[in-house]
Amino acid sequence: MALKIVKGSIDRMFDKNLQDLVRGIRNHKEDEAKYISQCIDEIKQELKQDNIAVKANAVIKLAYLQMLGYDISWAAFNIIEVMSSSKFTFKRIGYLTASQCFYEGTDVIMLTTNQIRKDLSSPNQYDTGVALTGLSCFVTPDLARDLANDIMTLMSHTKPYIRKKAVLIMYKIFLKYPESLRPAFPRLKEKLEDPDSGVQSAAVNVICELARRNPKNYLSLAPLFFKLMTSSTNNWVLIKIIKLFGALTPLEPRLGKKLIEPLTNLIHSTSAMSLLYECVNTVIAVLISLSTGMPNHSASIQLCVQKLRILIEDSDQNLKYLGLLAMSKILKTHPKSVQSHKDLILQCLDDKDESIRLRALDLLYGMVSKKNLMEIVKKLMIHVDKAEGTTYRDELLTKIIDICSQSNYQYITNFEWYISILVELTRLEGTRHGHLIAAQMLDVAIRVKAIRAFAVSQMAMLLDNGHLLAGNMQRNGICEVLYAAAWICGEFSEYLQEPNQTLEAMLKSKVTTLPGHIQAVYVQNAAKLYASVLQQNEQAGNKEAAQEITQMLIDKLPQFVQNADLEVQERASCILQLIKYIQKLQAKDVPVAEEVMALFSGELNPVAPKAQKKVPLPDGLDLDAWINDAPSESSSDDESPKKMIFHEEEQRNVRHRQPELDEDELARRREVRKQEQANNPFYIKSSPSSQKNYQDASGVDHIPVVQIDLTVPLRVPGMPLSDQYLKLEEERRQQQKQDRLKKKKKQKKDKGKRRHDSLHTESDEDITPIHHVDIITEEMPENALPSDDDDKDPNDPYKALDIDLDKPLTDNEKLPVRTHRVTEKKAPEVEAASIEDKSKKPKKAKKEKDKKKEKEKKKSKDKVSKKQKSAENAEHVHAAPEEETVTPTSKAEESEKPTGEASDLDFWLSPAPVQSKSQSEPHSNEVASEPEETLKENKKEEDAKSLKHKKKKHKEKSKEEKKSKKKKHHSEEEAPESVQNGSLDDEPLPPMSNYCLLAEDSYVKMMYDIQGNLQDGSQVVVSVIFQNQSNGYLKSMEFNVLDSLNTKLVRPEGSSIHDGISVPFQLPPEVSNEARFVFTVESIIMPQKLKGTLTFIVKTDDGSSHEKLDFKLHFTCTSYMITTPCYSDAFAKLLESGELKMCSIKVDGINISFQLLLAKICFHHHFSVVERINSCASMYSRSIQGHHMCLLVKMGDSSVSVDGKCSDSSLLGNLLDELKQTLTEKC
Amino acid sequence: MIKAILIFNNHGKPRLSKFYERYSEDTQQQIIRETFHLVSKRDENVCNFLEGGMLIGGADNKLIYRHYATLYFVFCVDSSESELGILDLIQVFVETLDKCFENVCELDLIFHVDKVHNILAEMVMGGMVLETNMNEIVTQIDAQNKMEKSEAGLAGAPARAVSAVKNMNLPEMPRNINIGDISIKVPNLPSFK
Repeated sequence: MALKIVKGSIDRMFDKNLQDLVRGIRNHKEDEAKYISQCIDEIKQELKQDNIAVKANAVIKLAYLQMLGYDISWAAFNIIEVMSSSKFTFKRIGYLTASQCFYEGTDVIMLTTNQIRKDLSSPNQYDTGVALTGLSCFVTPDLARDLANDIMTLMSHTKPYIRKKAVLIMYKIFLKYPESLRPAFPRLKEKLEDPDSGVQSAAVNVICELARRNPKNYLSLAPLFFKLMTSSTNNWVLIKIIKLFGALTPLEPRLGKKLIEPLTNLIHSTSAMSLLYECVNTVIAVLISLSTGMPNHSASIQLCVQKLRILIEDSDQNLKYLGLLAMSKILKTHPKSVQSHKDLILQCLDDKDESIRLRALDLLYGMVSKKNLMEIVKKLMIHVDKAEGTTYRDELLTKIIDICSQSNYQYITNFEWYISILVELTRLEGTRHGHLIAAQMLDVAIRVKAIRAFAVSQMAMLLDNGHLLAGNMQRNGICEVLYAAAWICGEFSEYLQEPNQTLEAMLKSKVTTLPGHIQAVYVQNAAKLYASVLQQNEQAGNKEAAQEITQMLIDKLPQFVQNADLEVQERASCILQLIKYIQKLQAKDVPVAEEVMALFSGELNPVAPKAQKKVPLPDGLDLDAWINDAPSESSSDDESPKKMIFHEEEQRNVRHRQPELDEDELARRREVRKQEQANNPFYIKSSPSSQKNYQDASGVDHIPVVQIDLTVPLRVPGMPLSDQYLKLEEERRQQQKQDRLKKKKKQKKDKGKRRHDSLHTESDEDITPIHHVDIITEEMPENALPSDDDDKDPNDPYKALDIDLDKPLTDNEKLPVRTHRVTEKKAPEVEAASIEDKSKKPKKAKKEKDKKKEKEKKKSKDKVSKKQKSAENAEHVHAAPEEETVTPTSKAEESEKPTGEASDLDFWLSPAPVQSKSQSEPHSNEVASEPEETLKENKKEEDAKSLKHKKKKHKEKSKEEKKSKKKKHHSEEEAPESVQNGSLDDEPLPPMSNYCLLAEDSYVKMMYDIQGNLQDGSQVVVSVIFQNQSNGYLKSMEFNVLDSLNTKLVRPEGSSIHDGISVPFQLPPEVSNEARFVFTVESIIMPQKLKGTLTFIVKTDDGSSHEKLDFKLHFTCTSYMITTPCYSDAFAKLLESGELKMCSIKVDGINISFQLLLAKICFHHHFSVVERINSCASMYSRSIQGHHMCLLVKMGDSSVSVDGKCSDSSLLGNLLDELKQTLTEKC
Repeated sequence: MIKAILIFNNHGKPRLSKFYERYSEDTQQQIIRETFHLVSKRDENVCNFLEGGMLIGGADNKLIYRHYATLYFVFCVDSSESELGILDLIQVFVETLDKCFENVCELDLIFHVDKVHNILAEMVMGGMVLETNMNEIVTQIDAQNKMEKSEAGLAGAPARAVSAVKNMNLPEMPRNINIGDISIKVPNLPSFK
């Protein structure tokens, strides 16, 4: 055997290892592929050997080849072999290679399940680690389901190294197996407070990832995250949390208000740019969510903008980029604050970095106003000329169009200028956005009536020069503009100066090289043009010209009839026949123009893009029913929704078929439209008469148009025109200004008393558009709904994780467990639960064979299940315990849920006195939790000062909020009513506080609360709130207690047991603050009382005096308990173990609800509910020294019986006594 | 989430590729090529963020990269990651490599891609950041290396000897192609931790 191993290893040393392979590839540069295929053959040989080392060597070489792009899936089985090696070295190789090439489609992947499970439970943490890492890359739904429970156990592993990996991989498990989310969530939440920062960070990471997709389900975690945010010093964690808050605030504006202050503090204090940037981002998100009602609203915005400006001005391109990115977010809601930095942004347009230029471009969108639009676009046009890369140039082009067309052309004062800009843009070579320009041309020409004459002249020019554009049509889409040009010239042919010439241009043989859809438009519009030329000639009595033009069409059209494009062919042949017929009529001297014109008569209106979709279904119309006598229009509905740039096409077709709509109907529609327009803020009414000319197509002349000499730009084709408009516009505005000034002067003379400060600067509103523009709004069907709810993606992979996490867990929501575990004796307490458990377990065994059935059963069970279990612990100190719902149907549950959640969050969001603690916590922590450290006096003072400052602010705030609290109480009083109505099972819980009075005199009041230290089983932390009740300053406060043998105050090193601990702050009048003191305890089974003294100096205006106040600190057994969640299975096991001693109490005369009772026990005695069945609940808690404490609480008519089990009988006895006291006292 | 981590040299030769989403080998190569094309044409003095990697899905994604001497380190991430945070993470990654390989150079990455993978696995897991503390990462890597050595034991000796001999007559092994200014901190990015 030994010989074999040695022999094997000697063989092996002549095998190629990874380094040899790499070297070989580098030495065979010219025939690399051949060499590699040789190597793959060798690898295949190696894989056939028994020696696992040889196999591992082969597999790692495969991993390298995979990186070079070779498919290695054929070796999947060998990879699994290597994964299952007992040696870590090989195992790691196996998992690494698997992570590179395994995926859901790998068929052998299911063979790995047991191997992975074995590795996960390996005693060697690195085996486990390597398995987790590998699994994170190739987890499949099956693996996730089978391994979820194992990984969940690992989340409580003793080693943080494993814990953090297990926590992190849970995200992948959730994605693949969404059912696991609810059962695993309580533990995940628990990990947010893990003592190891790495684990904590992993948990934050996972929850942030989850919450990003479905934020509303995680709102209830906000208090916890808030606490983390104010206490964590890990920037990674902070960034994640702050990003998360950014996602949460839109859902809960009150959260935003709460965030502003700490975030602002962070912005001021942090030196890490990454953190600063994320803070700014979230503040922006908050400000967006709070539309109004923030007093220091503008201050925060200013702060953000100012910080961003610093980023943008930085020489580091990265910061510049991010600064611009964040700026664009502000822009959406607070354009004014960004506009003041226009200089900076325009400067960024010249940056050498394209990413930065693109960002700056985004910002420009919001910078424009009527005043500066032309100027900015001019600047962009210069950039267009200079731009080298087509991508950037295309981006510029789209931006120009975006900027100009935004909010219904709001900023365009001169549409002639805009048309000429569009025409200039057509000269761009190689752009892919021809259709965009075309769409704009059409849109403007259709919607702005006054511009049609000018647009038509420009389009005619484009058609004349069409060959220039058509020349490079193969490479780009700029020829698309010809589509628009042809259509505009045809549709508005009455404005054409020289229709004959345009008609000829449209029928040139060159046209046939254009794409089919453009030719089709050419043909159609040539016909329209022909109709109008015909009419002109006929009216002028010029028969010869009319016949000439008919002949020309007959000559030219056949070239289209032979076209390969069907659409062109069809239209051409149709029109050709028509014209031949006209020719015949003309020969007979019949006037035909009128009839030909009738073909194309009528006004076209733009239709909103979604109009078709929004046509409401009329009452009584069943679309699925058979229609026996087809209505005449039905054929037009069948029109294929082909990609059409303008929707009018459809309309026109309809119109051809029914040239005359019912007159009444028309009148009615007009009326509706008028009303719609009247309500539409974007509808710019040109003049009172504009509604009228809406009807008669030819009556544009009475729209007041400022005369511009059109002939100049028209006669110079190809010359950039838009610049001229700049000058013209400048002059015009000057003119207007003067006019206005004159007017004003007149007015002033008229009304001498007029206020002087109205001496105006030129603002947006003052600039009147050069054209009185008639922007026709898009037509929508009557009664159409304005909502835009059709943009949701149904295939979102994260949708499955949209799971309500606040609902208590039900019994059947468990992770699948391997099932050979037999449950034995059950303690009476959980009988009900265990019976169900028992009945369920065999089912689960079946599950693997018969998944589908089980799923169905599960579903039905979900519905029926009446019993719900809350494994979620009773939250944190400042949040009320969760409400429990015992509703029979899931439907009722859903309807109730929001109220439950809201009240939880409400409680946190309305800062009750308890809450105030969490805010001051981090500060007092710094000082008080490290008493060993010898603190320097002056440092302390600094701390105290900042605290004082904070406190003051806080006080003011809390005053305000007291009011709101009162209101809240009010609403709570109303709640019971609805309970009686039976619609509400949850009862809002009154705010509770654990702070009790320690001592009080005329100067100071002390409240205290004692809590166990999670990390150290021998320590408890006493939090004391000092409140100054005098009108003097309280200074030099010292806190001292007389230690007992069992309980000792932790003092700074070097001080004797008689020294007190100085309180790290001073108190101005009427101010309170909290300090924390750490005590060590040895035995915790008995309650304890310690005598102590507080000495302090009161400084008033009259002078100062030394004062002291004695107190007794009462360490109850409750204070040694720590709220610990427990799962019912673990709970059952615990009770079964038989190591626990039992004791019970009974309290009579209790008339509060069971819900409230549980809440009280949870809150005051640090318990968590394991399970609740009707008026019976099991609860669990743990002492700081690890005593388990189980309670069974039963509620009778007016009595409560509590059975307790604990590993220490005296602790149990004492605790039950305290419990009794709480219940009798406070009920 | 981090979607992919790529390392390639100035000529686009891949030195490490780690995809946290499934792509076929061909697509992977295409992504590497495209990314190289995008990244390599950028000047030294421009920002380290790039939008519009066409192949790795969607507008939500960004490329965040750093260029060290002969190597590009590219992370493709979505919007849940902090841009500056990832830049720092790249820095931590490279510094960790530097520590583990003692003055890392491109050749280390070429010949020990498996080790690089192992180091990366301690930092990023399944596309999520696992650990950012360099000392912690190095400790774990060292512990694993120790295990590996003890496992190799006697049986591994002959192989090591042969490999040493092979490396002896290796002209291209000089370690002078250093990754250069590896210790340079990013201006205006005070250390993250």
